[in-house]
Amino acid sequence: MEILVCVKRVPDTETRIRIGDGGRSIDPSGVKYVLSPYDEFAVEAALRTKEGLGEGEVTVTTFGDDASQETLRSALAMGANRAVLLEGAATMDGLTTAKVLATEIEEMDPPLVLLGMKAADADQQQVGPMLATLLGRPCATAVAEFEVADGKVVCRREVEGGTEVLELDLPAVITVTKGAYEPRYASLKGIMAAKRKPLEKKPVDVPESALVVEALEPPPEKAAGRIVGEGPDAVAELVRLLREEARVL
Amino acid sequence: MAGAFQGIDFYDVDGLLDDEERMTRDMVREWVDDRLLPIIEEAYVERRFPTEIVPELGTLGMLGANLPEEYGCAGLNNVAYGLIMQELERGDSGIRSFASVQGALVMYPIYAFGSEAQKRDWLPRLQSGDAIGCFGLTEPDYGSNPAGMITTAQKTADGWVLNGTKMWITNGSMADVAVIWAQTGEVGDVPGIRGFLVETDTPGFSARDQKGKLSLLASDTSELHLADVEVGDAALLPESRGLKSPLMCLTQARYGIAWGAVGAAMACLDEAVRYAKERKMFDGPIGGKQIQQVRLADMLTQLTQGQLLALRLGRLKDEGTMTPQQVSLAKRANVDMACDTAREARRLLGANGILVEYASMRHMANLESVYTYEGTHDIHSLILGQALTGLSAF
Repeated sequence: MEILVCVKRVPDTETRIRIGDGGRSIDPSGVKYVLSPYDEFAVEAALRTKEGLGEGEVTVTTFGDDASQETLRSALAMGANRAVLLEGAATMDGLTTAKVLATEIEEMDPPLVLLGMKAADADQQQVGPMLATLLGRPCATAVAEFEVADGKVVCRREVEGGTEVLELDLPAVITVTKGAYEPRYASLKGIMAAKRKPLEKKPVDVPESALVVEALEPPPEKAAGRIVGEGPDAVAELVRLLREEARVL
Repeated sequence: MAGAFQGIDFYDVDGLLDDEERMTRDMVREWVDDRLLPIIEEAYVERRFPTEIVPELGTLGMLGANLPEEYGCAGLNNVAYGLIMQELERGDSGIRSFASVQGALVMYPIYAFGSEAQKRDWLPRLQSGDAIGCFGLTEPDYGSNPAGMITTAQKTADGWVLNGTKMWITNGSMADVAVIWAQTGEVGDVPGIRGFLVETDTPGFSARDQKGKLSLLASDTSELHLADVEVGDAALLPESRGLKSPLMCLTQARYGIAWGAVGAAMACLDEAVRYAKERKMFDGPIGGKQIQQVRLADMLTQLTQGQLLALRLGRLKDEGTMTPQQVSLAKRANVDMACDTAREARRLLGANGILVEYASMRHMANLESVYTYEGTHDIHSLILGQALTGLSAF
């Protein structure tokens, strides 16, 4: 089975983000970029599905600039078979990304499309469901584990207080969250092999976006913590503060 | 718990690396954070090499990673190999020592001096970690002067008989195979020194753990005894020729040490900076005090110099022009730098710096061994003195 995984290049979650000129984007200087952690789950899920079925191919794709090649190589090093870079200027608009991906996916027509539940940078959780809608395919989001059999995919989702099981007909779109798919390390042989795997660059037409980023602001400085006392004697005061001040009890 | 290690890179050394080199470094860095750092303190205190990490070192390709793919290795360039050593030693010098011995002192001599059958037999299982190797050159009375070794190999009708004692042997007690260097002629006959692959279950071969170490506690350091150890003709490394052969191995290992030392220094500086920013004394973080800032500035400067030295050495090695004297300079300078950095970091950490929860004193103690092994600091001084003057001080 052909599996397509849509991935994104994002700032390393450990990176200290600074707002760039104009306050509408982040300052990319000194920022280390990585394959978005949720997309790593999706790549891992694709590889395990392929390995479980004993056949098929995993293709990874991303919409972005030339630098995104490195992100695709990371997925190839984990074990994906080939990569397609949809070259164009990506924005914060999830719908634009979904449209670009949909055009490509209609042509490739893979039965299973996987994405990370969200990108670790913009955190919008939009592209998966929008893509499914544009393609007219069923979609399961935030899936912790799934299994493909007999033209269907059975998805397990962790919901408040329990587990939800969904069955979707293929072709389908699934967004993957933290769950069963702890990503493997790319082995050194995998890294070397990634150099030789096909990476196709396709310039794309980017549809006009109706979304404008007005402002980006860093979160306010965290206020200093307070020590209310030590040992068992502090409990009463702590409970009082949690009730009266923080109002969480 | 501190966040994932971000590296120390004041001079954008990253910008001098290609994608594969960065990916290699990032993978090993993450692996060290996830798998090694959580267990290393306990292993160190228990004086135990953590054997549980060996299979993963193998499957991820970290053993003999710069040897060719046809023998199951990753076929990386020497800069990527160096970055592996850097990141492993950021974890612990004992773990880097394990990988150095396996790759540079066991797999490399088999690759460089072994028969095709020996390569096919041993390299894949050493690469995967299914077999562990050790390297026996140093003897109780022959360390910096290996030419005088008294371990002998005497020819028999269909093989060799080995006798002697080897000391300070990393991986010695857990090894499946030992690369033993022995004199096949008269004692002192330098071209008579040859290498042998001795399986450690051969009768007459025994290893004893070196007791009483105060350094490299998470490493197996042993003494090897060979008492009438009989091996077949196939045990000889056919292309080994005199003392030059083990010295070629040491050049490989020293190359990795020059990188490893940078990693240990990075761990110490990173710890020192974090601590200096958090530890409050006299109503403010100690990092705001001039005396600690000088300390940190010195550490950063030396570390950055060492980083660039290692990288340039790696590029020379990849171009095929690296000389053993250049390796001596980098091993000597970078290990000395790491020793200084670890000691200063330990001091900055005050009383907390003597605890195992902090890495600096562990690195400091380890690096004293690294300073002494693989050509002592002093011997490398003499190699450089000879390179400059043409006069041997040995």
